[in-house]
Amino acid sequence: MKQISGNKLLVKALKEEGVEVLFGYPGACTIDISDELYKQNDIAVVLPRHEQALVHEADAYARTTGKVGVCLVTSGPGATNLVTGLATANYDSVPLVCFTGQVARHLIGNDAFQEVDIVGITRSITKYGVTVRNREDLGRIIKEAFYIARTGRPGPVLIDLPKDVMCELGSAEYPKNVNIRGYKPNTSVHIGQLKRAIKLLQKAKRPLFLAGGGVNIAGANEVFRQVVEKTNVPVITTVMGRGAIPTNHPLFIGNLGMHGAYAANMAVSECDLLFSIGTRFNDRITGKLHAFAPHAQIVHIDIDTASISRNIQVHIPIVADAKDAITKMAEYVEECSTKKWLAEIEAWKAEHPLTMRPNPKMSPLDIINEINTQFDEAILVTDVGQHQMLVAQYAEITEKKKLIMSGGLGTMGYGLPGAIGAKIGNPDTPVISVSGDGGMQMNIQELATAVLEELPIIACIFNNEYLGMVRQWQKLFYGKRYGMTNLRAGALSRRTDGAEYPEYTPDFVKLAESYGAKGIRVTRKQDIAAAFEEAKKNTKTPTIIEFIIDPEEMVYPMIKPGGTLEDMIMDC
Amino acid sequence: MDKGMKKRWISLYVENQVGVLSKISGLFSGKGYNLNSLTVGTTEDPTVSRMTIATVSDDETFEQIKKQLNRMVEVIKVIDFTDIFVRMKEILYIKVKKCTPEDKVELFQIAETFKAKVIDYGRDSLLLEFVQTATKNDAVVKLMKEEFELIEVVRGGSVGIESISMMER
Repeated sequence: MKQISGNKLLVKALKEEGVEVLFGYPGACTIDISDELYKQNDIAVVLPRHEQALVHEADAYARTTGKVGVCLVTSGPGATNLVTGLATANYDSVPLVCFTGQVARHLIGNDAFQEVDIVGITRSITKYGVTVRNREDLGRIIKEAFYIARTGRPGPVLIDLPKDVMCELGSAEYPKNVNIRGYKPNTSVHIGQLKRAIKLLQKAKRPLFLAGGGVNIAGANEVFRQVVEKTNVPVITTVMGRGAIPTNHPLFIGNLGMHGAYAANMAVSECDLLFSIGTRFNDRITGKLHAFAPHAQIVHIDIDTASISRNIQVHIPIVADAKDAITKMAEYVEECSTKKWLAEIEAWKAEHPLTMRPNPKMSPLDIINEINTQFDEAILVTDVGQHQMLVAQYAEITEKKKLIMSGGLGTMGYGLPGAIGAKIGNPDTPVISVSGDGGMQMNIQELATAVLEELPIIACIFNNEYLGMVRQWQKLFYGKRYGMTNLRAGALSRRTDGAEYPEYTPDFVKLAESYGAKGIRVTRKQDIAAAFEEAKKNTKTPTIIEFIIDPEEMVYPMIKPGGTLEDMIMDC
Repeated sequence: MDKGMKKRWISLYVENQVGVLSKISGLFSGKGYNLNSLTVGTTEDPTVSRMTIATVSDDETFEQIKKQLNRMVEVIKVIDFTDIFVRMKEILYIKVKKCTPEDKVELFQIAETFKAKVIDYGRDSLLLEFVQTATKNDAVVKLMKEEFELIEVVRGGSVGIESISMMER
């Protein structure tokens, strides 16, 4: 029987899994794999500039294509640089398979050069992680990794590859089937439970759908819209669930939670049945637990049993894939009498519509509105902070517009690499990222990747010279003491006791140009439209648009961390 | 904040692989669950290990623990021992040092009462072996600490298996 090296088997396995793109950064322990990849043309190898950005790129690729994102990095620092990206993907249920190099087996435990116990380090932030200790296990482990990553609640899987195992000759067979006795993801829907839940829904006077990221991940949007329209039950979403139903749909109320719309949060407080799908009731959406949905019976559909009744006690739990469950629902549901309830919600919307105070120069809302107007089809990617919450509040997400972000972990530096990964996976779709000036600088080196990969992404920077979200908390709860949030602070400001500040750095326009990208700076609202028009014309390289934003812009409404609706701050 | 706070037991079938013990114990430390004792050993199938875990938790946390264990790829099966008939014992060694002759007499009496074995004997020391429930072992340790000047204790953690007939602990 033909024998091949582990390195060859790995590349064969990737091809059999249908991998088209691999995000990789080389090193001593993976150089043989790089060599095997060099010899083939089926898998495109993207070389980012930092392993953290590398995982985010694979992550965004996975989120926007539905395929498994594949990473290859070397041992030691290459592997540890994955940590933040793995945690990001784990939190937001993104399927990744990450290969890390490892020193040869006889060196493991010797504090060898570039040796770390990466499986141990990432144990709590991966869905599964394993070191391949025997060459004959390699094929099976890779097969299982792809299966585990994409099934059930998706997540990142890490495979650690000792260099000597990979050089060893062994079977050329890549298994066809998977059988893991401890891992049997749920593939059915408990019809009895579902019927009980539907009965509650039909009987309720104030029923409400709460859609989380699970609806988007499962690709259940279309069938969910049908169920919503058939039942006439209003919908609120989490930030990750935005777009579960088109945001311009008359039955969509808004996002709930810390920066949720007033009407959406009121609806949760007043509903008598909360029918939730694919959310884990994170503290940012529930606020104080005992005040959350106080009058409601709660139905919870989730693929992950551990997400059910963890934060919120649920009356009817249903463990199922969102799409399977909603598809079954569509067969049984009938129209609910919600006219009165919908009128109440409309009244709340009218009382406190979601809006920002107009700014004569330029408000973030002007920019987001322009994106909404100019793009009928797009993938929006955000970084983390004020701009993220504003995009989550105001971006129109429809069938043809998608929004991705680091929702659970809140990873700054996700925006730019996220846009790169999304564009690589969706070359024909406009990809627009929005970052703050803080987050943009956390992975700015990826401009090189974007230029070299010829990705005409539009990377927007909302530059307010501050770490805006933390500043917002300081403004509201810390007596305007802006410690550590002023991005112009430095030696001069310390020397002059805050009387003088250095000039802002970097000059993002020059920086973009130095990378070979296009740079545009916008300071007035009348120039926003033209900037996007110009960016659209630039089809070979990325365009960076820096918007100069007033640092006093705030994200409202806001419910204090751990607070209740009574603590909601509307504006001040 | 009681909500059914009590000691509970779980029996786990897990893959007999490197890192599994660390993953399970890491779940308890990472998520802030109490881990009272954990024993592990291989079974009749060398690829499978079985663990007995004791934890003090309330109802909700315990439900979470079971779910979190269940979703681990390496965990094959989770059995809740709290409310089913099981046989469960823990081994306990107590070495009593600086014994007077009177102490030794007393120790033999204790051994008889608790059905313990005196398994080793020195000029002024005695080694006792108890195989009984962890709760009874707790009582023994408390008693011995009060009665004797210098003792050395080592405990194995409970191991349990479902009963065949209806038998408790």
